[in-house]
Amino acid sequence: MTWSATARGAHQPDNTAFTQQRLPAWQPLLSASITLPLFFCAGLAFIGLGLGLYYSSNGIKELEYDYTGDPGTGNCSVCAAAGQGRAPPPRCSCAWYFSLPEFFQGPVYLYYELTNFYQNNRRYGVSRDDAQLSGLQSALHHPVNDCYPYQYSAAGLPIAPCGAIANSLFNDSFSLWHQRLPGGPYVEVPLDRTGIAWWTDYHVKFRNPPLVNGSLALAFLGTAPPPSWHRPVYELSPDPNNTGFINQDFVVWMRTAALPTFRKLYARIRQGNYSAGLPRGTYRVNITYNYPVRVFGGHKLINFSSISWMGGKNPFLGIAYLVVGSLCILTGFVMLVVYIRYQDQNDDDEDDE
Amino acid sequence: MDCTLVRTLVHRYCAGEEDCVDSRTVYVGHREPPPGAEAYIPHRCPDNRIVSSKYTFWNFIPKNLFEQFRRIANFYFLIIFLVQLIIDTPTSPVTSGLPLFFVITVTAIKQGYEDWLRHKADSAVNQCPVHFVQHGRLVRKQSRKLRVGDIVMVKEDETFPCDLIFLSSSRADGTCHVTTASLDGESSHKTHYAVQDTKGFHTEEDIDSLHATIECERPQPDLYKFVGRINVYSDLNDPVVRPLGSENLLLRGAALKNTEKIFGVAVYTGMETKMALNYQSKSQKRSAVEKSMNVFLIVYLCILISKALINTVMKYVWQSEPFRDEPWYNQKTEAERQRNLLLRAFTDFLAFMVLFNYIIPVSMYVTVEMQKFLGSYFITWDEEMFDEETGEGPLVNTSDLNEELGQVEYVFTDKTGTLTENNMEFKECCVEGHVYVPHAVCNGQVLPAAAAIDMIDTSPGAGGREREELFFRAVCLCHTVQVKDDAEVDGPRKSPDSGKRCAYISSSPDEVALVEGIQRLGFTYLRLKENYMELRNRDNDIERFELLEILSFDSVRRRMSVIVKSATGEIYLFCKGADSSIFPRVVEGKVDQIRSRVERNAVEGLRTLCVAYKRLMQEEYEGIYKLLQAARVALHDRERKLAEAYEQIEKDLILLGATAVEDRLQEKAADTIEALQKAGIKVWVLTGDKMETAAAACYACRLFRRNTQLLEVTTKRLEEQSLHDVLCELSKTVLHRSASLTRDSFSGLSADMQDYGLIIDGAALSLIMKPCEDGSSSHYRELFLDICRNCSAVLCCRMAPLQKAQNVCFIFPQFLYQFFCGFSQQTLYDTAYLTLYNISFTSLPILLHSLTEQHVSMDTLKRDPALYRDIAKNALLRWRVFIYWTFLGVFDALVFFFGAYFMFENTTVTSNGQVFGNWTFGTLVFTVMVFTVTLKLALDTHYWTWINHFVIWGSLLFYVIFSLLWGGIIWPFLSYQRMYYVFIRMLSSGPAWLAIVLLVAVSLLPDVLKKVLCRQLWPSATERVQRSSSRRAPADAAPSPDRPLLMDPEPRPRRE
Repeated sequence: MTWSATARGAHQPDNTAFTQQRLPAWQPLLSASITLPLFFCAGLAFIGLGLGLYYSSNGIKELEYDYTGDPGTGNCSVCAAAGQGRAPPPRCSCAWYFSLPEFFQGPVYLYYELTNFYQNNRRYGVSRDDAQLSGLQSALHHPVNDCYPYQYSAAGLPIAPCGAIANSLFNDSFSLWHQRLPGGPYVEVPLDRTGIAWWTDYHVKFRNPPLVNGSLALAFLGTAPPPSWHRPVYELSPDPNNTGFINQDFVVWMRTAALPTFRKLYARIRQGNYSAGLPRGTYRVNITYNYPVRVFGGHKLINFSSISWMGGKNPFLGIAYLVVGSLCILTGFVMLVVYIRYQDQNDDDEDDE
Repeated sequence: MDCTLVRTLVHRYCAGEEDCVDSRTVYVGHREPPPGAEAYIPHRCPDNRIVSSKYTFWNFIPKNLFEQFRRIANFYFLIIFLVQLIIDTPTSPVTSGLPLFFVITVTAIKQGYEDWLRHKADSAVNQCPVHFVQHGRLVRKQSRKLRVGDIVMVKEDETFPCDLIFLSSSRADGTCHVTTASLDGESSHKTHYAVQDTKGFHTEEDIDSLHATIECERPQPDLYKFVGRINVYSDLNDPVVRPLGSENLLLRGAALKNTEKIFGVAVYTGMETKMALNYQSKSQKRSAVEKSMNVFLIVYLCILISKALINTVMKYVWQSEPFRDEPWYNQKTEAERQRNLLLRAFTDFLAFMVLFNYIIPVSMYVTVEMQKFLGSYFITWDEEMFDEETGEGPLVNTSDLNEELGQVEYVFTDKTGTLTENNMEFKECCVEGHVYVPHAVCNGQVLPAAAAIDMIDTSPGAGGREREELFFRAVCLCHTVQVKDDAEVDGPRKSPDSGKRCAYISSSPDEVALVEGIQRLGFTYLRLKENYMELRNRDNDIERFELLEILSFDSVRRRMSVIVKSATGEIYLFCKGADSSIFPRVVEGKVDQIRSRVERNAVEGLRTLCVAYKRLMQEEYEGIYKLLQAARVALHDRERKLAEAYEQIEKDLILLGATAVEDRLQEKAADTIEALQKAGIKVWVLTGDKMETAAAACYACRLFRRNTQLLEVTTKRLEEQSLHDVLCELSKTVLHRSASLTRDSFSGLSADMQDYGLIIDGAALSLIMKPCEDGSSSHYRELFLDICRNCSAVLCCRMAPLQKAQNVCFIFPQFLYQFFCGFSQQTLYDTAYLTLYNISFTSLPILLHSLTEQHVSMDTLKRDPALYRDIAKNALLRWRVFIYWTFLGVFDALVFFFGAYFMFENTTVTSNGQVFGNWTFGTLVFTVMVFTVTLKLALDTHYWTWINHFVIWGSLLFYVIFSLLWGGIIWPFLSYQRMYYVFIRMLSSGPAWLAIVLLVAVSLLPDVLKKVLCRQLWPSATERVQRSSSRRAPADAAPSPDRPLLMDPEPRPRRE
């Protein structure tokens, strides 16, 4: 009456290794004699790796400046004060001067950093339309509801690009000037604004809508720019390969950060005399100060960093490897002691059996 | 067909009211009773369809869904799914809907398949042909068409299609033999009796002319109870009323033996048969593993709720600063702003619940169920459990309790037939103190050249000789043995010297042994013919006794009697029974001599019976007849009334003598018991034998050993002391001597501690009201079952906490992430990962682990049953273990999350300076987690077959390939493309690789450390055996390259 009654009756069961559960098997045993060398080897390897990582990270140089403009912190405080409580803030420029006593080994990357900015907030993170950003005509005019309240403009036009992320696009800009000799003229250091976004994002994921009569502006006809933007999306850059949805600043911004303090790549310095790094001398960074962060207690920073094979400066990995490696060695010794101390006893036990 | 269906349906729904009637009336052959008879309320009874299936084609989906959602976990996921559909939640409904759908589908398929098999079995049963008698002719019909009142013919070796009242048999004496092996497991033949007044109806025509009604109680599940009454009408006389008892009832499922054919009338059909009623009343069994799983589930539910509460509260604390609640870059909609605060908080709470709901693994039940389902196949396949003799392998009736086989603590065993072979051999008899020993005689087997009678102490006087012959006659007559038909039983025709003996059949092998033994001593029971019992005495004369009454055996009285009338007209009552039930009723005879002999035999482990008699006057007999008849016709309380009558009749006996029968131990019974004891299983033997007999058997099967301290709770002892004192004393002895052995004072058995054996007899037992008897054993097949299976049982237990730990470290990073994303319920992992984590990345290795893992090889386990103790009592699923796994899960989650956090904090990890976003962060955590969890399982696997390799490394590979594919294509059906190239970009970064290696190593470190240290410092018996077996046979553990690396003090000196 039960299922297995019919499944297998009075037949002799199959005599296979599988059904009899006698498949040949490797039966490893985690005994001290196996794990001890493992621990020592792993420990040594980890310490070696850790040392390498640590020195590698130490070789990376960073130069950072907070230009939020808290009162009394340089000339950006003027802009900060001017923008206080006004939306949109007036156009304002400020500058940061620094001097390099020695050669800043390249290639040098320019980052901006925001703190206390929750790009990973769920409501914020979903407020985008990937279909629209991939250039889909229908999505361009009918953004998804997730974009609300940045879905349609007050006039009822669809916003392109829609959503909170696009609306809050970081819009400060920087230019770097180098004064080779004291009192000499400032020469603009060329900033390469391309190649800052993921190749796949720039080439595949983000696409402009098809041009209308060869014009991107016409393609965006009937859409409104996000409310915080000063210009429409097709005027983000004069370069036709860097405007609209495929503007690299925009693409970088749209990859939302994991943590409330984050850095985003602004430019690479790799042209002319500066490809190898920044030579000694005085520098000035001209900052167009637009982006309001003080209202939510955030800070804006600008950051020059050189890059090695392991990326930017990050002592954590090296230290972690060193710690774990030492732990391995330490526990290895503990186990060795235990092993030697209790070995005989266990053997006796076994003989007793 | 349609009509029957409708009828059945109507019945099923109306059955409730009809059941109120106490008894039912059956018209035999559907003939209405004559008009003069009492008016009976007609009853509607179901047809003979057996329905063991749960579902039909139409109700499968709704009913199965309903059943499945009654399970807490499934219901919980349904709620989560609905919440996801209704409110705005961080994860899409797919993440819980899809796994739920998967789980429900898998379970439904399994249950559907099982039900399909049941349907098949049902229809096979329902359609098998049955012979009906209709209008005096035999008609073949399908079994399901049988109805109450139909007259049925059953042939030899067929099973009865429904519960029948036995009307007549092809045997002249109106008896038939039946085995009820499929009902209660008793394979011996039982004798049933046809109704006196109908046993003459031998042909179809005869039986069709029968005009009778049967009154009987309504269907009851008790197999051994039946009370009814038959009214046989004849044209001339008043109706004859006859009592019907269970000896007249042939149960569905039993098989007819040794009888050519019988006629019977159906009284209970279909689902009302006793078999079906027993089948129905089976409640669903839940294993201890499942029970503890449910408890842990509730614990996790509490953790989940507290997590969600903490986060909700934190969210509102954190949001109290307005710029955090709604910064300019992330404005709310008007509707959101105006929503009621409480409502918002509640929605947030639900959203957090949804976010963390994966802490309860949806697939856990499915994994467990699949494990059980497949595991039961391994049991079925097990060759070691295959019995060559019967050609039968193990049969798994329910897969619900597989793992309990590893948790057996007590084995209750019957002595007779289980411990012993149930192959009785007559040893001796003792008449008036004289002992007679016949030569080897075996039940059912004729041993030639053993005709001589050995008489010890043969000096009976004249009166002695008379007593002696009376004794032999008593043994010869006082039984219910049947003579097998095949030997032509025509006594006189058979030459007495031919050596041909009658083959006897009885439900009790003791009786057969006795009758055969007496045959050796010169008195041969020939047959029962027309109510006359015939026997041949020593002088080869045939003696005929009229059988007047049989006071059948029951286990309460522990005796039986016959009343016979000799040819000379003397009426005797012969009574045979256990000494304890005979001696008190004896008024005369050499009681002391016989008692001492009985006790001596009992100590030797022989089964003893005492025989007594009493002469009855004709008047006395008539009184007895009336008494019995009154009790037998009673519809109510018949049992009690009969017992009272018997009590009254069987008294003032004269003791004749005693018999001793040996029941040899089963082959390997002793080994089995020893193994069970080593495994820490307590064995309790239940027996109806004398205490001394039982104790002797216990010594013989090594249940009691020389050093076992016997504790007795017997009537004898209770006469000296009060029950309370005895019990106190006992518990003091046991508890004091082994303080550590606090389990149960009733039979602690261990190798190095003092053993205790408890003997308790029925009288003392009823005083204590505790169901138990003296400690001890079982069939060797059960041993195989236990031992062979306990490996897989272990796994199954350990799977649950492991899988839960997996889910702790799966979901805890999500919890931590809330602290870094403004408590906005942002998920850390992508939808696909959330969905697939439980159903594909981690479930298959767990399932396989649970199926194929063997900590110790089967042979080792069989050699050393003590290993069983390591896993008994659900040792691997205790709270300590559970908490350990949970904390380990939390630790791992901390490692994963903060490892990734410090990696990503404020820096870039690519060599081209580009930055990663939140999805890369989550993917890194997830990757580390999948690897860690799988490697932990690998670390826990002791038995690596190619399947394990395949599944463990395969599931890692599957994860990688899936991630590559998932991120490698813009999936047109997705509204998000957030995972696009995330995984591939992560792998292109060197530090990400280094971080994965580091974090996996850190999370595995405590596991390795714990394993090694525990193994070294506090090795369990299992681990010791593992080590010694790997040391003993390094050859079969083929690749162990690490072995010679370091000191292995044993082999080294030999090498040098």
